[in-house]
Amino acid sequence: MSEMLGKLAYYMEFPFVRYALIVGVLIALCSSLFGATLVLKRFSFIGDGLAHVAFGAMAIAAVLNFTNEMVVILPITVICAILLLRTGQNTIIKGDAAIAMISVGALGFGYLIMNLFSTSSNLTGDVCSTLFGSTSILTLTTKEVWLSVILSVVVVIFFIVYYNRIFSLTFDENFAKATGMKVELYNLLTAIVIAVIIVLAMNLVGSLLISALVIFPALSAMRIFKSFKSVILFSAGISVICALVGMLISILAGTPVGSTIVAVDVAAFVVCYIIGRARS
Amino acid sequence: MAQIICRDLTLGYDNEVVLKGLNFQVDAGDYLCIVGENGSGKSTLMKTILGLTPPLGGEIRWGDGLNAHTIGYLPQQTVVQRDFPASVQEIVLSGCQNRPGFRVFYKPEDRQKAERNMERMGIADLAKRCYRDLSGGQQQRVLLARALCSAEKVLLLDEPVTGLDPKITLEMYELIQSLNEEGITIIMISHDVDEAVRYADHILHIGKHIFFGPRDEYIRSDVGKYFLMQEGGGEE
Repeated sequence: MSEMLGKLAYYMEFPFVRYALIVGVLIALCSSLFGATLVLKRFSFIGDGLAHVAFGAMAIAAVLNFTNEMVVILPITVICAILLLRTGQNTIIKGDAAIAMISVGALGFGYLIMNLFSTSSNLTGDVCSTLFGSTSILTLTTKEVWLSVILSVVVVIFFIVYYNRIFSLTFDENFAKATGMKVELYNLLTAIVIAVIIVLAMNLVGSLLISALVIFPALSAMRIFKSFKSVILFSAGISVICALVGMLISILAGTPVGSTIVAVDVAAFVVCYIIGRARS
Repeated sequence: MAQIICRDLTLGYDNEVVLKGLNFQVDAGDYLCIVGENGSGKSTLMKTILGLTPPLGGEIRWGDGLNAHTIGYLPQQTVVQRDFPASVQEIVLSGCQNRPGFRVFYKPEDRQKAERNMERMGIADLAKRCYRDLSGGQQQRVLLARALCSAEKVLLLDEPVTGLDPKITLEMYELIQSLNEEGITIIMISHDVDEAVRYADHILHIGKHIFFGPRDEYIRSDVGKYFLMQEGGGEE
């Protein structure tokens, strides 16, 4: 035990490890906030879809040799989020089919573009690290850390200010609209915020595993808790704890960061499921 | 006093006309039931009154200081709601959001209002319970309390007894009637024409034939006679 703590203390002396922990916790917090809404509105796969879009966008950015890839990734992902979450009557393709289509389409195109135009000598390694997250969380610059901190604070403030409206929108969109809420506007804002979270989370777990960060904490909380507020608070808490535990394990055991966090999330879900079962 | 006046209303989606030439008027304190065959446009009419679907023609005029956003609405339950992790209190409170102006949190008077309406619906003791653990009848009472929070004068109910057992259905109807007796205008879509003519004082029948008028006239009219026989006759 003391050997483990010693090893941990040794790693903590490196600034990049501390940065990784800070950003990891923030991303876990933000991604869990909207999890309950997405799961309850039957949009569990939106995270997956948008992450694949972000992957495609990243491929384009890499090929075009942008130094700051965010400039390309963020707008493209935001636009796709708006298109996917627009639940109007005149959408051409509905819900899950649209998500599936855009997500595999972007994934395929992204890889194709990378393959055709990439100048990198280690293409497979690049692709693998974007898909499953990788060392990128350990190579964050101070600037990126601050960017993550600011974006996370914005997301959390947005969530608190609009909490009551988010509840109404999730529970009953028609009622909200009938009683005069500007439903389209709030759906748009939510879509944008979700896209921002997804792009942020790509650094941590990679684009194939993002859904796990979004839905597992919410699903775990919904097993046990009976009010919306407690579901949100618990999912935020458990998401942060799982991310921390996952990152510490990956530091100590040398496992990949993203998949370790997801594994811890899954374990937490199983525990919550059993507790929920035992109670009822 | 006229609260809603519909003149020569044309209903439909995306330029596809469902119903044409609809004229009716709802006065304060009325109990209006909207009946008609499946697919006749009952739900479309309700969405149009609520301002969710724009009318394709004609107009809806509001009186008595009302508009589409100052009426209470009891929608049909959605799949999403059945297993929703929210407390009764949270849901009833969400009816208080249609106040003008931007506010982040609920005010004490919102909470009092929610509490009052929960008591009115006889669900005050369920305030902390989870919505998904309630029975169908209790869930409807929760949604009714929420509708009362968003408006005091007019309630629109979309098939409020769907899926309820006969005893609870009766309770629900009596609850709605007691609200009407308190002076709240009721506009209800019903698929059960027998119950509609029992409780309502006005009937709007839509479909191939349109009828609007007092209940007694409807029972004597050809449309009413035919529909009552066809829909209700088999049960007795």
